[in-house]
Amino acid sequence: MSAFGSFALLFALALSLYNLGAGAIALRQLATGTQGSISPERLAETARRAGIGGFIAVSAAAFALVWAAFTNDFSVSYILHHSNRALPGPYKFAALWSGQEGSLLLWAWLLAVYGFVLRVRHKVDVQLTAYASTILSGIQFFFLLLLNFAAPPFSLVAGEVPQDGFGLNPLLQYPEMVIHPPMLYLGYVGFSVPFAFALGALMMRYPGDKWIHITRRWTMVTWLFLTCGIFLGAHWAYAVLGWGGYWGWDPVENASLMPWLTGTAFLHSVMMQEKRGMMKTWNVWLIFSTFMLTILGTLLTRSGIVSSVHAFAQSAIGTWFWIFLVIVLAVCLFTFILQRDHLKTEHRLESLISRESSFLFNNLVLLTACFTVLWGTLFPVLSEYVQGEKVTVSAPFYNRVAVPIGLFLLFLTSIGPLLAWRSSSFKSIRKNFVLPAAAACITALVLIACGVHPWENQGSFYSFVAWSLAALVITAVGSEFLRGAGVIHRHTGQNLVASMVQLTRRNTRRYGGYIVHFGVVVIFIGLAGSAFNQSKEQELNFRQSMTLGPYRLQCLSYTQESNLNYDSEYALLDVYRDGRKITQLAPEKRFYIASQQTSTIVANHSTLAWDLYVVYAGKDPDSGHPIIKVFLNPLVAWIWIGVGIIVFGTGVALTPNLKAAFVANRVRMPIASPEVPANVALSGGGD
Amino acid sequence: MRLLRLSQLGFVALLVLFSTGAEDATMRYNALGHKMMCVCGCSQILIECNHVGCQDSRQMLTELWTDVSRGDSDTTILKAFQANYGAIALAAPMFTRFNQAAWLAPPLVLLLGMGLIVALVRKWRLRTVDMPAVSETAGFLQIRDQIRKETEL
Repeated sequence: MSAFGSFALLFALALSLYNLGAGAIALRQLATGTQGSISPERLAETARRAGIGGFIAVSAAAFALVWAAFTNDFSVSYILHHSNRALPGPYKFAALWSGQEGSLLLWAWLLAVYGFVLRVRHKVDVQLTAYASTILSGIQFFFLLLLNFAAPPFSLVAGEVPQDGFGLNPLLQYPEMVIHPPMLYLGYVGFSVPFAFALGALMMRYPGDKWIHITRRWTMVTWLFLTCGIFLGAHWAYAVLGWGGYWGWDPVENASLMPWLTGTAFLHSVMMQEKRGMMKTWNVWLIFSTFMLTILGTLLTRSGIVSSVHAFAQSAIGTWFWIFLVIVLAVCLFTFILQRDHLKTEHRLESLISRESSFLFNNLVLLTACFTVLWGTLFPVLSEYVQGEKVTVSAPFYNRVAVPIGLFLLFLTSIGPLLAWRSSSFKSIRKNFVLPAAAACITALVLIACGVHPWENQGSFYSFVAWSLAALVITAVGSEFLRGAGVIHRHTGQNLVASMVQLTRRNTRRYGGYIVHFGVVVIFIGLAGSAFNQSKEQELNFRQSMTLGPYRLQCLSYTQESNLNYDSEYALLDVYRDGRKITQLAPEKRFYIASQQTSTIVANHSTLAWDLYVVYAGKDPDSGHPIIKVFLNPLVAWIWIGVGIIVFGTGVALTPNLKAAFVANRVRMPIASPEVPANVALSGGGD
Repeated sequence: MRLLRLSQLGFVALLVLFSTGAEDATMRYNALGHKMMCVCGCSQILIECNHVGCQDSRQMLTELWTDVSRGDSDTTILKAFQANYGAIALAAPMFTRFNQAAWLAPPLVLLLGMGLIVALVRKWRLRTVDMPAVSETAGFLQIRDQIRKETEL
């Protein structure tokens, strides 16, 4: 199977090279009006088909690696190092992305999937898709070069093949790890598509902003995948690493956050181009930067430039990424310089108090946040270079610098919807802002009355501001919904809820966006709870108990168990609140036999108010009694609820408007007239 | 009776003094523990290092508790740890020499960006004044038409 996989990868490399070469020649001929022995249209079509063939070849390679994992083919070095016989099936599948070579193969495969969808749907715009397809094949060629020469996943073990593998890293043996990396990679890789469309549109001097309409759904879906990937990672860290937190500002985490921030900025600023023909240069560079940040993040964590707890083993692969990044930057710069006159803005900002400038400020804040994260990630390297001493830049830095930026962004989220395009008057702002401002003030007073004292420490201050601003945004967004629904209610007599649904379906993009904002606010509410985390560590013998907050934990027993994959130690704890038993928790520590590594299995009792998070920290070497560490983390559940709301809101924003869908159905009905493009009515809506 | 009451008050005052001091020390220990890193290579905040039997964090935390109990100032303690374990023992760089750049660059970028936006809008507004009124009206009508379509009821 390894020979089959290697051949599939080599074949895919050849196909991507053909796709790139033939596609580039065909597009050049079309642009200059020249013609060779084959017509450029036919050449472009062969390139497209080579791209589809590449998808099949990369899929075959990925299948070969998964097959090798499931059949315990330890002659393949990658499988030997990332799997073992006792590993449960889903984790054998997850072995595909558990190491460097496998994760690069996953990257190449997802790129092939995106490319496949794009090439199959090429009739949306044949020429623009041909440009995008050729650019995608260039990216694919790079990853296939890596897979064939720098990090081949099908390398064979030298000498005698061991009977069993070394096993999968215990930290990865958790259900979420089966979906978190693919989700994150779908986000990372997905940004290649809008990047390819933007670069292609610039290269061919594409008239108008249709490329924005075409890529809008791609960008939103990609953004959604990245959002889910990031939060699944946070949840995994919370559930597995056992330190009581979900975000540690590690370089790998930062690497995923940076393209998310610029991608979010792009999603907002692109509306200015659609509505007013503004910010064309800005938008093009935003999507270029987003794509380059996905590559930079990968470079940082795989080259060993910055150290990370979950970076891959340092290797020479970083040099390849450096070269690729420089090539991408050079191509983007060259194309921009050549075609910059094509990006002239059609309108200009007329007022600081307008929807446009709120988007501009929103972009500024998001980019400053991105810069802060990049700056913090790279500062240790810079410090070592300048002052010969490596420093650490961790949570205290980001809490002090990035959190105020985040709060400012939250504030802007409340103002944006209240402003009109072009210009707003102070009078209308005052009118619309009175209710949200009053809600924020009341919330602040209630918080102080409830014992949240912002003057006590930095954490309390940030939480106080975050909750007050959350009230501001929720009221602002809620009043937007109510105002619109009220009009429908008056005209149709429907009740308010039905009117709200109707309103949302009439402009899914705007109101879906508001739902996403609401989700973000809910996440902020959850994050702000971290300032009030409590923890306690205690050794517990039979029947002994410990108390934290309103909970009392009593040790029922502690014992050991074994299976083929791991040995485990755990304690059984009864949890009481107000003298009443509410649940039983079993925090555990596992020792994985194949990899000879330990892992924590956290026991968590989650409610809307707080999480009772219990860790089995080990046994006291003298007494032999278990040491239990308990965290009481307020409002954590709201973070995951907020993510759910974001997913729902993005889903709403992705669906066509009620009216547009109706038109689309009417257009599609007469099948006999195929000249009417099916997507004609799909670009409706707007903010 | 008076003596008894005085002694009771004195005892309570002492108790309050000691308990306040203890709480203060614990809070400082906790806060400082969050400002340092464990040097075992786990890349975790010192007080959050959850490695069973980690000798480095145990030693550092003991040292920290001793320093805090002795009444050393936060800066003295942080400097001592930096001297003993290197700058990587601090979770964020101190506000000294080149490290100031780490703290100042992000707010400077934000302020610079805001200044640029304000300057840009002012410049553009000055230009818009000269624009012919007809195109303004046409644009306005177009927007109004678009708004009407979007909020069509």
